[in-house]
Amino acid sequence: MEGPRRRSLPWGARAVLSGAVVAAGACALPVARGNVPWGAFGLLAGLYALCEWPARCPFLVGRVTVPTGSGSFFPVLLAAAFLLPPAAAALAAVPGALLGPVEQPPRSIRRLWRAARLALAVGAAAEAHRRLGGRAALGGPALAPDFPYALLPAGAAALVFCAVLAALDGLILWTAERLPARTAWRGLFPRSLAPYCVHGLAGLMMAVLWRSPYGPPAALLVLLPMYISCWVFAQYHRERAAHQATIRALVQAVDIKDTYTRGHSERVGLASVLIARELGMDESRLEVLRFAGILHDVGKLGVPTRLLRKDGPLTPQERAVIELHPEYGHEMVRGIGFLGEARAAILHHHERLDGSGYPYGLAGPQIPEFARVVAVADAFDAMTSTRSYSRARPVGAAVEELERCAGRQFDPVMVRALARALDRHGWHPAVTADEPDRGGAADSGNVPACDAAPAGHA
Amino acid sequence: MRRAAPRPLPVTVAGVYGAAAALTAWALARTLWYGIDEPGVALAFGALVAVGELVRRGSPGEERESAPLGSAGALAYALLGQNAGHATHHGVLQAVAVVLAAALVGAVPHVALGRGPSLDQVARRVLTVAFAAACFQPLYNSGTLERWVGHGPYYALFLLLVLVLTALCDAVVAAALLRARTSFPYGPLLRDELRALVGVGSAVCATGAVIALAVAVAGLWALPLFCVPLLLTQLAFRRYAAVRTTYRQTITSLARATEIAGYTQPGHARRVAVLSRAVGRELGLSEPELTVLEYAALMHDIGQLSLVDPVPAGATAPLPAAEQHRIALLGGAVVRQTGVPAEVAVIVERQADPYREQPLPARIVRTVNAYDDLAGAPGGPGSSLSALEQLRLGTGRDYQPEVVESLARVLAKGCLTLVAPG
Repeated sequence: MEGPRRRSLPWGARAVLSGAVVAAGACALPVARGNVPWGAFGLLAGLYALCEWPARCPFLVGRVTVPTGSGSFFPVLLAAAFLLPPAAAALAAVPGALLGPVEQPPRSIRRLWRAARLALAVGAAAEAHRRLGGRAALGGPALAPDFPYALLPAGAAALVFCAVLAALDGLILWTAERLPARTAWRGLFPRSLAPYCVHGLAGLMMAVLWRSPYGPPAALLVLLPMYISCWVFAQYHRERAAHQATIRALVQAVDIKDTYTRGHSERVGLASVLIARELGMDESRLEVLRFAGILHDVGKLGVPTRLLRKDGPLTPQERAVIELHPEYGHEMVRGIGFLGEARAAILHHHERLDGSGYPYGLAGPQIPEFARVVAVADAFDAMTSTRSYSRARPVGAAVEELERCAGRQFDPVMVRALARALDRHGWHPAVTADEPDRGGAADSGNVPACDAAPAGHA
Repeated sequence: MRRAAPRPLPVTVAGVYGAAAALTAWALARTLWYGIDEPGVALAFGALVAVGELVRRGSPGEERESAPLGSAGALAYALLGQNAGHATHHGVLQAVAVVLAAALVGAVPHVALGRGPSLDQVARRVLTVAFAAACFQPLYNSGTLERWVGHGPYYALFLLLVLVLTALCDAVVAAALLRARTSFPYGPLLRDELRALVGVGSAVCATGAVIALAVAVAGLWALPLFCVPLLLTQLAFRRYAAVRTTYRQTITSLARATEIAGYTQPGHARRVAVLSRAVGRELGLSEPELTVLEYAALMHDIGQLSLVDPVPAGATAPLPAAEQHRIALLGGAVVRQTGVPAEVAVIVERQADPYREQPLPARIVRTVNAYDDLAGAPGGPGSSLSALEQLRLGTGRDYQPEVVESLARVLAKGCLTLVAPG
């Protein structure tokens, strides 16, 4: 749910929310009948609340990085499900869920929903665990736990926990976010299964140690590795975002020098991915290819700014200097390990199928696949965006032009793939911030459209 | 710069190696002579340590704790008092012998591939296991521990105490080894080691204690099950390390842009980064501060990309102050667009200010950059000396005297292998 325009909750969502709250209440009601180990209950509920609290604590926010996103502390909840009767276990999840941080409004409704959903899931997991005789398998102060049987009730409880959460999440996506019923549940369960199994294992360790003579202090030790993993994963995501910003900065550094091609790199990345999807490349290669498209002109950083911004026609010497940019780019990114094939694409994106391109004059299949993709995407975007020396051409005309040059300059396979992809998805690049009035009559070698194209200079 | 001839082993390192070797020899001899108590338990823990060693990755020194599972298993064996309710009787020496033998078995494939654990790691592993076992086994086997803390929650807390002490001793030894090798100040090295303990170190210790307790309660079943959370931690750290490596490579590439564009001398950014890091170490900066310093040093010239014409020879040091200042501000603007911490941009922006107005990292970057500009021209040690002399003349306003002297010490040590251009 984004922003304040969703202030009013749809009726379906209200019904789901109140239904969940009522069900959670009914689930926790048997607590009133007594027979609850209040000491363990208080410790576990307090522990979960304490785990969720630091993210909201005014003294700690900004000083320590805490793993955000609920789920980091589910081992505590699962341990509660293993140790407490179902009703008490359901109730133990409530204080922490109400206390935890919520990122978007409406906050109180979200808190309520989270508490109800966790209480239901924990209650159901505890019930499953109890029915399979998990309590006895945990052992006790004088009794050894019954391994490997203890794994069965614990595994079943983790499965139930995961299934209830997935079902409730799908329900709220369907009613509140109005996702279609088929997509609301897709992938929710299988995606979260593995993490919940690990949480279940940690919960089982906590429960076994809790019941052992060593007691709760030993159980707390189990949480430390889990907490640290979550913390490191949070840092990992932060660092990855920073890395992507740096890649963008590389591209923006090109824009500083060569102002009139703004947005070109991102669009070439986009078009390259369109082509590759059509060819059925797998996801990891797609990601690398996107980077190849984004960074294909990074070597322009090595070309003197005066030359890139020059008005009027270029002398042969000047053109020779500009044609060095693929080699500069390759030299620049050669140290970036993860780019892999993309480095070859950066080096060879100005090669032509008939061998008349640069820098090495490779022909046909000698040209790396990624380079052939990027070459087509580059030419396509150059033709369909407005440049100082030419108006943007319609997509259809650009594709015709590409098809005309296929075989001589471009790989026909790539051109056909692009045409098919455009038929299917259309061309809606997100980045359209062209600034056509910058620069002069640029003839700066970055438009590899074929012989007949207006900017052609081959 | 000439690589220094292999120096004799420093006394500290020789001492640590000697102690570890003597202990190992004694432990192995005694264990072979008297045989192994509870061979089943020893075999199970040995297998855990060997597997932990097998799944290690990365060259030694790249990550602080490259085999957390092996370390946790070793500590757990050192602190094991019971197996499913029955007391165990292995002593300190058997713990050392089993852990070392298992670690060596697990390291065989790595050694074959040429990336085995370093001698430092092996020595530290032996010493930590011996320390933990020596704190625990005699007390436990003689029944003293039972009288002191009983067999309840205090027992778990006692294990934790022993592990904390062990980790502290390990940090002290590690910092001492590093100090002996590099002669950087001891305090900051120890601080970095202790800070690393908070991360993976505490997870290893906690898992070690949990395994020791869980085996005592549930028997050897606990071994495979209870390692899973630690494997998760290891995976998380590995991914984090991978993304950090990539990040550094990308920043280095961005830094190389100015060289390829012909604005600066080849290798300039790398040299300034390496030298700045060494000076920062010598001045006692902590590891996170050193990372910020390194990024800033790599990108300090990035502002030149915005110039239409290159500066002569790419050296900013001889330029008029106003021009230097302008380039610094342009650079800060580019750096702010990258995802690096804001401190980096501040350092890049203020690199041309008089030193009294600068933060310490900016002083270092300014001094080292000037040194490389002045000495980077063709020449050998002679030009290096004259460059230092020029820096000393500028200590009234531009360069902080302490930083210049630190740079002189780093250069004099010559332990720094400066990278070749490119």
